Amino acid sequence: MSKVLIVDDMASMRKMVSFTLESVGHEVTQASDGDEALGIANNNTFDLVVTDVNMPNMDGLTLVKKLRGLANFKFTPILLLTTEAGTEKKMAGKAAGATGWLVKPFNPDKLLATTKRVLG
Amino acid sequence: MSVDLDQFKGIFFEESFENLDAMETGLLALSEGETDLETVNTIFRGAHSIKGGGAAFGFDVVSSFTHVMEELLDKMRNGEMEADFASVNILLESVDVLRELLKAFQDGLEPDDQRALALKLKLEEIRDGASGVSEIATDSQIEVEAGDTRDEEIIGWTIHFLPYENLLQTGNDPSLMLRELAGLGEMTLQVHTQRIPPLAEMEPEKCYLSWDIELKAPVERDAITEIFEWVEDDCDLDIQPVVQPVERRKMERRDEERRTGEGAGLERRKEDRRAVGKDAAPAPSATIRVSTERIDEIIDMVGELVITQSMLSQLGEDLDLAKLEKLREGLEQLERNSRELQEGVMSIRMQPISFAFNRFPRMVHDVSQKLSKQIRLETSGEDTEMDKTVMEKINDPLVHLVRNSIDHGLETPDERLEAGKEEEGIVRLNAYHQGSFVIIEVSDDGSGLDRERIFTKAIERGLVKESDELSDDQVFRLLLEAGFSTAEQVSDLSGRGVGLDVVRKNIEGLGGSIDIRSELGVGTTFAIRLPLTLAVLDGQLFKVGNDTFILPLSSIVESLQMDQKCISGVASDIELYRLRDEYIPIIDLSKTFSINENPKNMENALLVVVELGERHVGLLIDELLGQQQVVIKSLETNYQRVTGISGATILGDGTVSLILDVAGLIEMSHLDQNNGGKQQKMANNNLVLQEQ
Repeated sequence: MSKVLIVDDMASMRKMVSFTLESVGHEVTQASDGDEALGIANNNTFDLVVTDVNMPNMDGLTLVKKLRGLANFKFTPILLLTTEAGTEKKMAGKAAGATGWLVKPFNPDKLLATTKRVLG
Repeated sequence: MSVDLDQFKGIFFEESFENLDAMETGLLALSEGETDLETVNTIFRGAHSIKGGGAAFGFDVVSSFTHVMEELLDKMRNGEMEADFASVNILLESVDVLRELLKAFQDGLEPDDQRALALKLKLEEIRDGASGVSEIATDSQIEVEAGDTRDEEIIGWTIHFLPYENLLQTGNDPSLMLRELAGLGEMTLQVHTQRIPPLAEMEPEKCYLSWDIELKAPVERDAITEIFEWVEDDCDLDIQPVVQPVERRKMERRDEERRTGEGAGLERRKEDRRAVGKDAAPAPSATIRVSTERIDEIIDMVGELVITQSMLSQLGEDLDLAKLEKLREGLEQLERNSRELQEGVMSIRMQPISFAFNRFPRMVHDVSQKLSKQIRLETSGEDTEMDKTVMEKINDPLVHLVRNSIDHGLETPDERLEAGKEEEGIVRLNAYHQGSFVIIEVSDDGSGLDRERIFTKAIERGLVKESDELSDDQVFRLLLEAGFSTAEQVSDLSGRGVGLDVVRKNIEGLGGSIDIRSELGVGTTFAIRLPLTLAVLDGQLFKVGNDTFILPLSSIVESLQMDQKCISGVASDIELYRLRDEYIPIIDLSKTFSINENPKNMENALLVVVELGERHVGLLIDELLGQQQVVIKSLETNYQRVTGISGATILGDGTVSLILDVAGLIEMSHLDQNNGGKQQKMANNNLVLQEQ
C-alpha cells in the first residue's frame, strides 16, 4: 500500500483516479489545484504524486517545480496527467522535474500498470 | 482488472455544465473587449477538462469536438490568433453544442451530432486559417513500422542502458525499470561500475551505474521503449533485437492468426458499445455538491442529538417528580438540537443565486444583437443563497422578466439619445435577503410604464371601470392580470404585459409575490419576493370553528381585536375595516371554508392582517394559537391542488392542519376584481385529510 496524492481541478477525474488507486489498496489524498496540493505536501510525505497540468491558481508544471524544491519530494515519483500528447509538453514536464506522464483518456488499467512501475 | 467508472458520470456531467457556464462567461467577457490572458486560460481549461472526461467515458463526439476547440483556444492563448468577434461567436455556439451533446449523454440518448460535425469544420477552418497548416496525425510512423513484414522472428533484445548522473532527480529509478523489464521475460544483467568515483567525490544523489541487458522475450519493441519512455533524454539507450530466421510459411500463418484474432476482438468491442448505448437509459440522478465542512457540522449535530436522546432515555427509566426539572432541560436541549439539525440539513440545499444569474449575460448578449440594442447587464447580490428547488422554478419567470425588460423596457439607441440618456441601456439583476424571503429584482433604465395608457387599455379590456380610482401601484399591477394583453398589443402598448400573468402565477405558486415600481422615462423594476425554502415555514396557528389552520408568519402584519366603529360595508358582499389610514377588505374564513355560513358578529372578533406584495387584507378568525415551525407537505402530491391552500402539515398531536395561501384566498374572494359575488367557494372541496 502506498500513499498517493492526486491533483486535478475536475472532481470527476480526481474521484476516478482515487477510486481506481484505492481499489488496489492505496491510500489517496486529493487536492483540487497546485496551491492546495503544495499546502498538503508541506506537511506530508507521499510515495507518488499524480497531477493534472491545466489547473487554476497553480498549474501542474509549477507544482512539480515547487515540489522538487521540497526535501521530502526530491525523489518522489511525480506523474503528469495530461491530454496533450505533444512532445513539447512532455519536455516541459521533464524540465520541471516530472518523472513521467500519463496520457488521457483516463484508463484505469493503464493507470494501475503505470503506477506499479514507479512505486517500489 | 476492470474498474467501473460509470458511477462518476453524474459528477462529470455536473462539472462539465459548470465548466460550460464558466467558458460562456469568459467568452462573453472576450466579446466585450476583455484581454486578460487568464480569461482565455479559464476557457481553455474548461474545454480541456471536458475533453479529458469525455474521452474517459467514451463520449467520442464530445472529446473530438472539444479537441478542436482546445487547439483553437491554445492558439489564442499563445497569441498566434486573435479572439476576434467571429471566432468568439463560433466558440459560443460551440458551448451550446457541447451542452446539447452532454445533455443527450446524460439522458442516456444517442446525441444528434450533425450540428457538432458542421461546427467542428468551422472551428477547424478558423484554426487552420491562423496557422496555414493543419497538423498531421503523429502516429502514422508507428503504423508503418508495425506493418513491416519481417523475415526473421524476434526472440529477444539486448539493451544498453547508461543513465546520466542526474536521472534520479526526476524521481525515476533504474531499479524499478529493470524490475519492469524482468517482468517481460528471462533477463541477464551485466552491471558496469567504472563510472563510480572515489568515495570522497561520490554524491549520493547521482547515478553512476550502467547496464547491458539481455532479455529473452519475444515482445514488440514498444513494450521496451515504453519502459524507458520517460528517461529517453536522460540516458544513452540502445535497443537491438535478437533475431532468428524463420520459415516464411510459419510466419504468415502466425500473422493471419493474429489478424483474425484482432478482427474478432474489434467486432466484439463494437457490439459491446452498442449494447451499452441501449442500456445506458437510466440517467444519473441529480446531485448537489456540499462542502465537507457543512457535512461535518451536521454530523456534529447528530452526535449531540444522540447524546440528548440517551440522556432522556436514562431519565425515562425511572422518572420521578424530582427529576422533572432535568426532563424539561433535556427536552429543551432536544428542541435546540433538532432545530439546529434541521437548519443544517436545509442549508445543504441552499445555493447562491449566481447559479440562476449566470445564464443571463449570454441571453442579453444574444437578444441585444437580435434587436440591435446596446445593453449592459449588471448583477449584484449573486452570493444570496436560496433553496435549490425554488431557484430551479424561478428560472423561467426570471428569463421572462429579463426578456421583457430588453424587448419592451429599453428603448432603441436613437430613442435613448433623444431622451438624453446614454446609448447603452442597463438591465440590472439584484438579489438580497429580507427576513425569511429572498427578493430578486429585475430593473431597467428604460422608458418606464405609462400609467394612462395602461389604464385606458384595462378599461377597454373590461378589467377596470373608468370611475375606479386606482393608485399607480394598482394600475401597474394590471399588467399582471390574465387577459390584460393580447398579441395585438405588442406594438400598441409597447408590449408590456405579454404573458406577465403567467409569471405572476408561477411566482405565487411558490408562495411568493411580485411588485412593480416604475417611473416614466426613468425605468421599471419588477421585484420578486420568494420564500427561502419550500420545505418548512414559521407558522401562526389559529382556529376557525373547530379547525386549526396555519398562516405563514412572514405574511402576517398584525393581529387585532376589531372595533365595530371601524367596520363599514361598501358593497353588499365586501366589508372593509379601517386600520389607521387604510381601508382593508375583510375575508371571513368561516364562510370561505364553509365552516359556518351565518354572518359573524364582528364586534370584538379577531382580525389577522396579512400582506401580499404591498396590499393588505384582513382575515376573520376565531382564536389565535401559538407559533411554530411546520414542515410543509404538498397537497398536490398527496391530494390535488386546492386554491387558497398551499399545503398541509401534521401537528404535534397528530392532527392535520391546512396551511393557507394568501394569494389564493384573495383570488377566491374576488377582491381583485369588482365583479361582485363570490362564485367560487370551498364548499366543493371538503377535504378529508384525516385518512392519511
